[in-house]
Amino acid sequence: MKKIEAIFRPEKRDKVKTALAENGFFAMTVSDVRGRGAQKGIQLQYRGKRMKVDLIPKIKIEMVIRDDDVPKVIGTIRAAARTGKYGDGRKFVLPVDQSAMVRTDEFVSD
Amino acid sequence: MPIDSGDTAFILICTALVMLMTPGVGLFYGGMVRKKNLISMIALAFIAFALVTIQWTFVGYSLAFGSDIGGFIGGLDFLGLNGVGMEGDGIPDLLFMVFQLVFAGLTLAILTSGIAERIKLSSFIIFGLLWTTLVYDPLAHWAWGGGWAASLGALDFAGGTVVHISSGFGALALALVIGKRAGFGQYSMEPHNIPMTLLGGALLWFGWFGFNAGSALAANGLAASAFVVTNISAAAGALAWMGASWINGKPSSLGMISGGIAGLVAITPAAGFVNPMAAIVIGVVAGLLCYAALLFRVRKGLDESLDAWAIHGMGGLWGALATGIFATAAIGGVDGLIYGNPGQFVIQAIDAFVAMGYAFGVTFILAKLVDMTIGLRVTEEEEYVGLDISQHGESIRA
Repeated sequence: MKKIEAIFRPEKRDKVKTALAENGFFAMTVSDVRGRGAQKGIQLQYRGKRMKVDLIPKIKIEMVIRDDDVPKVIGTIRAAARTGKYGDGRKFVLPVDQSAMVRTDEFVSD
Repeated sequence: MPIDSGDTAFILICTALVMLMTPGVGLFYGGMVRKKNLISMIALAFIAFALVTIQWTFVGYSLAFGSDIGGFIGGLDFLGLNGVGMEGDGIPDLLFMVFQLVFAGLTLAILTSGIAERIKLSSFIIFGLLWTTLVYDPLAHWAWGGGWAASLGALDFAGGTVVHISSGFGALALALVIGKRAGFGQYSMEPHNIPMTLLGGALLWFGWFGFNAGSALAANGLAASAFVVTNISAAAGALAWMGASWINGKPSSLGMISGGIAGLVAITPAAGFVNPMAAIVIGVVAGLLCYAALLFRVRKGLDESLDAWAIHGMGGLWGALATGIFATAAIGGVDGLIYGNPGQFVIQAIDAFVAMGYAFGVTFILAKLVDMTIGLRVTEEEEYVGLDISQHGESIRA
């Protein structure tokens, strides 16, 4: 069992959601976040004055999936969220020890 | 005629009511953009009002209401408000001047629909000054300042042609020149705060009573009649749009309030000439027509972002024609088509289509001019982070 945390451009939210659903991945948690990556935010030139926007709005989705599905989910998110420019975002894969239903305390494997 | 204290008090209040419509437009539009552009959208409305105030004081009022030159423009008699004083015909000249000023300010604010979320602030200031001088002022002169439309007998009670056709078709031309927002049509750009748009709509509806009733320029029966038909048309438009959109899905509150505004726009030129039953027809047709125009715009992939063209342009056009259809001598002293005076309908059509062509054409040229010299649009990165940060250095996140 693995947890995927993917952070990407907010305007790609619906496209990513649809693409994941088309591949059978429905369960997810979505949040609005702000952050910065390797490019340290965006530099703007305004009337010769340098302005820095160092925290840029992004979307984060979190989902827990089977180990075998990791490449498929990673690939689906890439295909839907990529623009090819800096600031497309990041995906993290984390191990998950256990997962239990709140309703029943039953341990589940996906 | 000496100064009438009742009329003066009434028009003072109406002027303040109409002023409130300008930030109302800002809130109405602000709710519909993405939140990274909210400050920009509201600020543009205030900036439009401030710019036009100064321009109107120096030259605008004179160009619109100075002594007629060839039916096209006013002379420079009132330059810097010279000769505009506390005396006047029923109301002080100064009051008439400022009542007209709040209309001019509102019109430029409506225009910001076509450039939402991508306009460079400095370019908007230059463009706005050119636009209000070369588009609004002549149109105001044609209709109200003794220009050719007034001589022809065209009826425009409160500015259907001057305010709404001009800003609606102007916004369309502007949107064509500046181009679509980045990502338009690729991903959804849903309104980020509909209650804010409803609040803006409320201020517009409220202010419109000053706009239309005040255009009687006196506290009298005609003002009351204009007030009543204004409200009826807004209500009819709101219900008609909501009903039509119900057929296609859920009846959105955004559609309902858009229909209300469409009804208000369409009754504007007719407010002093039609009776309550005609106001219902005008409002219903406005709601349906403007909704159809919006769907047409979306189908064509036009990014006239906040639908000034669909609502103000098409609603204003319908209102101008409807005035020629439903006007009755019992109210405004002029009969329209259904009372056996088809000539009035022809005059209305000529006036509306000339104004439409002029507003679209001149706006297009001015926009091109500004675009080729200093550029209308922000850079791709500035657009991506939003105009709040890139143009104002502010953000709604504390």
